[in-house]
Amino acid sequence: MKAPEKYYDFDKDISGCGIFGVASTERNLISGDMPIAAMACMHDRGNGLGGGFAAYGIYPEHADEYAFHIMCDDKAGVDASEEILRNYCIVHQYEPIPTRKTLAITNAPIVNRYFVTPNNDQNEFSHLGEEDYIVAVVMKINTSVSGAFVFSSGKNMGAFKGVGFPEDIAEFFRLDEYKAYIWTGHNRFPTNTPGWWAGAHPFTILNWSIVHNGEISSYGINRRYLCEHDYLCALMTDTEVVAYELDLFIRKHGLSWEMAAKIFAPPFWDEIERMDKDDKELYTALRTTYGPAMLNGPFAILVADNNRLMGLNDRIKLRPLLVAEKDDMVFMSSEESSIREVCPELDKVWMPKAGEPVIVDIKG
Amino acid sequence: MTTTKSKKITLNAKGIYYKQFNELIRQKVAEGYTDFMLENVNGQRYIGTALDGNLTFEVHGVPGQDMGAFMRGPSIYVRANAQDGIGNTMDDGKIIVDGLAGDVVGYAMRGGNIYIKGDVGYRVGIHMKAYMDHQPVIVVGGKAGDFLGEYMAGGIILLLGMFSGKPDAPISGRSLGTGMHGGVIYVRGKAPIDQLGPGLHAQPADGTDMEAIERIVNDYAKELDLDANEILSEGFEKIRPFSHRPYGNMYVPS
Repeated sequence: MKAPEKYYDFDKDISGCGIFGVASTERNLISGDMPIAAMACMHDRGNGLGGGFAAYGIYPEHADEYAFHIMCDDKAGVDASEEILRNYCIVHQYEPIPTRKTLAITNAPIVNRYFVTPNNDQNEFSHLGEEDYIVAVVMKINTSVSGAFVFSSGKNMGAFKGVGFPEDIAEFFRLDEYKAYIWTGHNRFPTNTPGWWAGAHPFTILNWSIVHNGEISSYGINRRYLCEHDYLCALMTDTEVVAYELDLFIRKHGLSWEMAAKIFAPPFWDEIERMDKDDKELYTALRTTYGPAMLNGPFAILVADNNRLMGLNDRIKLRPLLVAEKDDMVFMSSEESSIREVCPELDKVWMPKAGEPVIVDIKG
Repeated sequence: MTTTKSKKITLNAKGIYYKQFNELIRQKVAEGYTDFMLENVNGQRYIGTALDGNLTFEVHGVPGQDMGAFMRGPSIYVRANAQDGIGNTMDDGKIIVDGLAGDVVGYAMRGGNIYIKGDVGYRVGIHMKAYMDHQPVIVVGGKAGDFLGEYMAGGIILLLGMFSGKPDAPISGRSLGTGMHGGVIYVRGKAPIDQLGPGLHAQPADGTDMEAIERIVNDYAKELDLDANEILSEGFEKIRPFSHRPYGNMYVPS
């Protein structure tokens, strides 16, 4: 694995975004109308240069296939990315992602989706396990095809994103027609990198998705660290590193979500000093081993896979995050008003402690 | 001196963008209305911001960021939780929240009173300052996050820790009063010594302190319909800097 050209010359993103998530612990399906309305309530947290959603449970009829969402600048990008996909995978079905023409969304790329499984051909990735193989295919398309990016590659889930306010992106992708048991949404306010389609949130790899309000100042070292582990950042937004770190720590290194959260937002050394012997040893080892993976800078993030939703703040809480519950639904958002907009009566409302993950398990 | 007569009006915020809603409020203020009932508020920013004079607002629903920022005089009663940045650089008046409040309550506040019934977020009362008889006061009925009263230069923060949704949390988070060089933080019960920033100490409240605390608690309890005696049934400690100018030598040593 080679480092990408000029890997040290990175751009990063400072943002004052809005995030919202809802999960049904009973796997009840929630209409896209809910996250759309909640994000629209936080319209002013973004500036129209990025909006997006992740939805879990939307492709039950293809639950065993990887759903690749690919955006391409032009026909050449479509052809080249399809060629790679067909070289490495069996394409069971493919179609344009259904979209609506809307006044607010201009210059949209070509968006297609492919339901795929790895083929058994001999190639340079054959030695990899299935999920690593899929990751390698995503990286290959993202880094070798000009103007083509895989923005979703998980099973029974999908990300939808682009340049626009989230409610406009939702209108474009017809998200009101989808139902999911976990939704996350993002409203972007980029200041350091261009608002471009692939740079919008969520960022995903396999089943992981992340939306982020804040700025990852450690992007440079995180990116170099990931590069050593065969994850290539191609999307020019800091948040991309979190998706790949999740995959590395939880899927490949077998760490728990709580431990991954503690790598992102580790306890301070003075706190570690006051811990009992076991915890002291654990957190010292964690900070030592995963130092280059720590996320420095302000963040409130929502992370999901098919069975969980997690909210996490940086350890000095430089971005807002609020959690609320109503029956089987758990909400996480930058602002309480966005939750009240879609669920006026709540059983419980609280703001999590900085650096302490809030993890919601989905039953079944 | 002119006597002001109260003139009431109810405004419905349902589905109205904050800009139009605030324009409507200001228009009604100009027309002479003084008592406002704001219904169906949800996320509208800047309510009451930079308004002067003897006005009253009762907010139903969750108001948006920076409610009462730069406000000079009005009273705002929130019958719900409040979000971030309320009372930002507020000059005078009163904000009462019958619930919890988010981060940076009363940032750089220089006068008036903010009473929160429940828990508050991080960085509450940072950069508060006082001048002559302008003494800002923040009362937190629940618990506070990190950096309460950070860089505080004047005024009073009273932390009760009573009406909290976080039974296991310490009464305040880390870095309590870090960089504080004026004003005072009163804590009901014992001050959390482990959470104190450097250069600060906690002592039992003395007679003068208790007079101030009682005065504030009585008003707080009256506004939020709570039992002042119960609040005052416990001792208080005060957190102050060790010296008058703890950072006087930091950049230009004498």
